[in-house]
Amino acid sequence: MNQTLPSRREFLCAVAGCAAAASTAGCSDLTHTSWFQSRFREMSDAEKKDVVAGLEKANKERFGKDVTVGIEPPMEGVEFGYALDISRCIGCRRCVYACVEENNQSREPQVQWIRVLEMDKEKGIDFAHADAYYDAEKVPRDGHFYLPVQCQQCENPPCVKSCPVGATWREKDGIVVIDYDWCIGCRCCMSACPYGARHFNYAEPQIPAEQLNPKTHYLGNRPRGKGVVEKCTFCIQRVRKGRYPACVEVCPVGARKFGNLLDPDSEVRAVLENKRVYVLKSELNTRPRFFYFYGL
Amino acid sequence: MLLAFAACDLSTHEESFPGVPAPLGLEPGEKIEVPPPPFSEGQFPCTNCHDPEIPVNRTRRPMEVAHTEIVLHHDEEHRWCLDCHSAENRDKLHLAGGELIDFTESYRLCGQCHGDKYRDWRAGVHGRRSGEWNGHKTYLLCVNCHYSHAPKFQPLKPMPPPVRPSALAKGVLE
Repeated sequence: MNQTLPSRREFLCAVAGCAAAASTAGCSDLTHTSWFQSRFREMSDAEKKDVVAGLEKANKERFGKDVTVGIEPPMEGVEFGYALDISRCIGCRRCVYACVEENNQSREPQVQWIRVLEMDKEKGIDFAHADAYYDAEKVPRDGHFYLPVQCQQCENPPCVKSCPVGATWREKDGIVVIDYDWCIGCRCCMSACPYGARHFNYAEPQIPAEQLNPKTHYLGNRPRGKGVVEKCTFCIQRVRKGRYPACVEVCPVGARKFGNLLDPDSEVRAVLENKRVYVLKSELNTRPRFFYFYGL
Repeated sequence: MLLAFAACDLSTHEESFPGVPAPLGLEPGEKIEVPPPPFSEGQFPCTNCHDPEIPVNRTRRPMEVAHTEIVLHHDEEHRWCLDCHSAENRDKLHLAGGELIDFTESYRLCGQCHGDKYRDWRAGVHGRRSGEWNGHKTYLLCVNCHYSHAPKFQPLKPMPPPVRPSALAKGVLE
């Protein structure tokens, strides 16, 4: 009864006939190919170390420079929240491009995790008449306001429920993450997300090596391949080290606020307690951790 | 970022107004860590030009000899230089009550009229902060973003719009 079963990896190794090869090359060489590795959240520490080493080696080959892949776990007593002041946002899109650079999004074909919607003041928040493709000499334009949309890090995330392989889940600190090595590219999560926050790599992502951000996290901005879904992670590689997300730091009008919802002295708590706060599509009961407020 | 902590050689709030609570959560004499004020080059200290020996002309007038580049767009119907700048000590600002403050404390001056913004700024809700969400945070002075003589935030050129999906698909399918 107490006989231990071989792990999925050991079993696959044996079935695939790599047992013989394992005696010479070792099975660990194959782990980063993602065929034999477990889900990140099920990995032992040893396996994580193995996988990270494999990834760093692969990225060195792909980009010709050292890339670190962090595996920092959630901090105790921390649940992240985000607040965006729509009375301040001027629609300059600095956040969009700071995010692309920080999070190693594909430059060609273009992938952008933040989408800034231009809306008519007369119509209010109205997605049917919003325009993400506005171009202007100067913003803000008269009669318009701007609503940036990115992953809302829902407490009740429909994308997670829709994933048939468990490749995406919500971490203890509230960040919804994706294991790119488990994503099968079915895009169910994309159709489940009511905010259009998930993006698919239809082609091999192109990032010039000199523009690659080498400080990465396994569940965040490590370089992805073709055929996987990706999205905002609140800059998991930064926030789990105490830093602010890149979009918060770059915003020239200070419209973006970030912090720990469990800390009564945090900026987000001050917003939630003192401002008029709005969440997108509250009727869907997704319970976003991304709040919009009116700061004026 | 360089942090300026100019020593305050003048009276603190507590000395000037004994028994009156300090404004908005600041302890008597407490200062907030801020970057240096964005002086134009060669402007500060003001006493380089404003010799304390020369009597002050307190008549409200347009600037014709110096500071001609300053066009006030900040409640200009009711305000002028000496409402904020001290005539007693040209290197200082003064509050409505007469207390002299350093330029590095200008948030207290702005906060006299913009109390709601000042409160939000203290809580980290108004304005951009840098540092760490769970650790040391630094503030910007009001004047680091809002030019004090014309504080309305100036419009910016937006970064390029995203590529439309039709164009994206074209690139992929070719």
